[in-house]
Amino acid sequence: MSKPNKHKEPVAPQPESISRRVFTGLALGGVGICYAAAVGYPVYRYLMSPVEKAAEVAAVTEVVVKDAQKLPVGSGVMFKFGAEPCLLIRQAEDKWTAMSAKCTHLGCTVQHEPEQNRIVCACHGGVYDPETGGNISGPPPRPLSQLVVKEVTEEGVRVARN
Amino acid sequence: MKTFINSIYGWADARLGLEELSHFARKKTVPEHAHSFWYYWGGLSLFFFLVQAFTGILLLLYYRPGPEAFESVRQITYEMHFGWLIRSTHSWAANLMVFAVFVHMFSVFFMKAYRSPREFGWWSGLVLLMVVMVFGFSGYLLPMNELAYFATKVGLEIPASTPIIGPKIAELVRGGLEVNEVTVQRFFALHVVVLPAVFAVLLGFHLWLVQKHGNALPPSEEAKPAQERKTVPFFPNFLMKDLAVWLVALNILAVLAAVFPWELGQPADALKPAPQGIHPEWYFMSQFQVLKVLGDWMPGAVGEIAGILLFNVCLVLWFLVPLYDTSRESGRRARRVTWLGLVALIALIITTIWGYAVL
Repeated sequence: MSKPNKHKEPVAPQPESISRRVFTGLALGGVGICYAAAVGYPVYRYLMSPVEKAAEVAAVTEVVVKDAQKLPVGSGVMFKFGAEPCLLIRQAEDKWTAMSAKCTHLGCTVQHEPEQNRIVCACHGGVYDPETGGNISGPPPRPLSQLVVKEVTEEGVRVARN
Repeated sequence: MKTFINSIYGWADARLGLEELSHFARKKTVPEHAHSFWYYWGGLSLFFFLVQAFTGILLLLYYRPGPEAFESVRQITYEMHFGWLIRSTHSWAANLMVFAVFVHMFSVFFMKAYRSPREFGWWSGLVLLMVVMVFGFSGYLLPMNELAYFATKVGLEIPASTPIIGPKIAELVRGGLEVNEVTVQRFFALHVVVLPAVFAVLLGFHLWLVQKHGNALPPSEEAKPAQERKTVPFFPNFLMKDLAVWLVALNILAVLAAVFPWELGQPADALKPAPQGIHPEWYFMSQFQVLKVLGDWMPGAVGEIAGILLFNVCLVLWFLVPLYDTSRESGRRARRVTWLGLVALIALIITTIWGYAVL
């Protein structure tokens, strides 16, 4: 009577103990994930705080470039549109163009060279057209992104997002 | 796949000796007995230290020492998402760490775990405790609020009362004649560079000694014959229990930090009088109260000098205990040392409570 039982006992609990082990593992893993999330979420938000602030500042649709109406024909000025450096060029007495100064290749800030009538990026030698922002030569894949010049007032030049 | 993993393991093992490590982990055991509870307090201290390192690095991202110190802590507390929680966790974990370290020290003392061959464990532990106290003192100033300002001012008056060299030491630490931005900058460098480096080395030494000698048995266990003593494997049994205790500690810490957020207070102002009932952190309260009482008995510098002498004599006695309590038998001397520890513990508790009672 006792002999067959002794043989059975070690066999019978095995499938159950495996599933119990899997369950315990899953439960512990789940609790672990909860804890990681409870710690990770505040840390993530804490680290992102300045990014959120910068995004708020960057979310402008219009900027007035102060005193830009006094620019001589042919010259340009750098200004900040939100967080991005931009370039305002006076092409003729009543002709203005405004564009991003962030090179479309790897993000360096480009410079306007009025004597050569071009915009260049010193980092990798990209060249753009100062009137259209089109990429002429070098590595840049796209034209500089354009802004719209809305009006010229006593105060300055009003520039808006395209 | 399995053979691939095995071959990578074999490659790393041949170069790093992983097998020795896992053999050591498998072989390591921890004694189990009526006083096993106290074995967790060293690990708990370590846990709180890790929390401090983690939250400290996070605070470091936005904290600016110098004239902007208070403003930067205000921004952390009120403008950064969850900044208040991270700062509160850092402050609470600091206090809990000091508490855990004290419990750890007294448990080691009463289990007589400082006896041969563990003297260096005791000594490195005491130096670690002192580094922890300096951590607390230097970190307390960093927000540069009213309380921090006066606590540091008063704290530095104590070494300043040491004859001859005292005033120079205080000036050197302060970086001026009064606590100011330069002091904050110095304490900052101390708190985030010097102390962590010193602490890491000492902690490595301390933990290495624990591995080398294993957990000490209290005298009551040592008296039992070897076959009656019980042990549990370190891996995974004790480690799992240790982690469970850490999890409990994490929960307590989270509740304290979230429900009782650490206050920011008012910015330090050298022209404002000290606020009523100003007092140091609880782990300096005992010394604070003893100095106050001695100052009443012996007015002037005499009281402070007597206090400093008293602290130093106690500290030296405490430090040297492995050298005068050496015998393995619980003889008369061993019992006297236990009494000494009890007196020290009770004196600490009474003077601390007394300090709070007369605020």
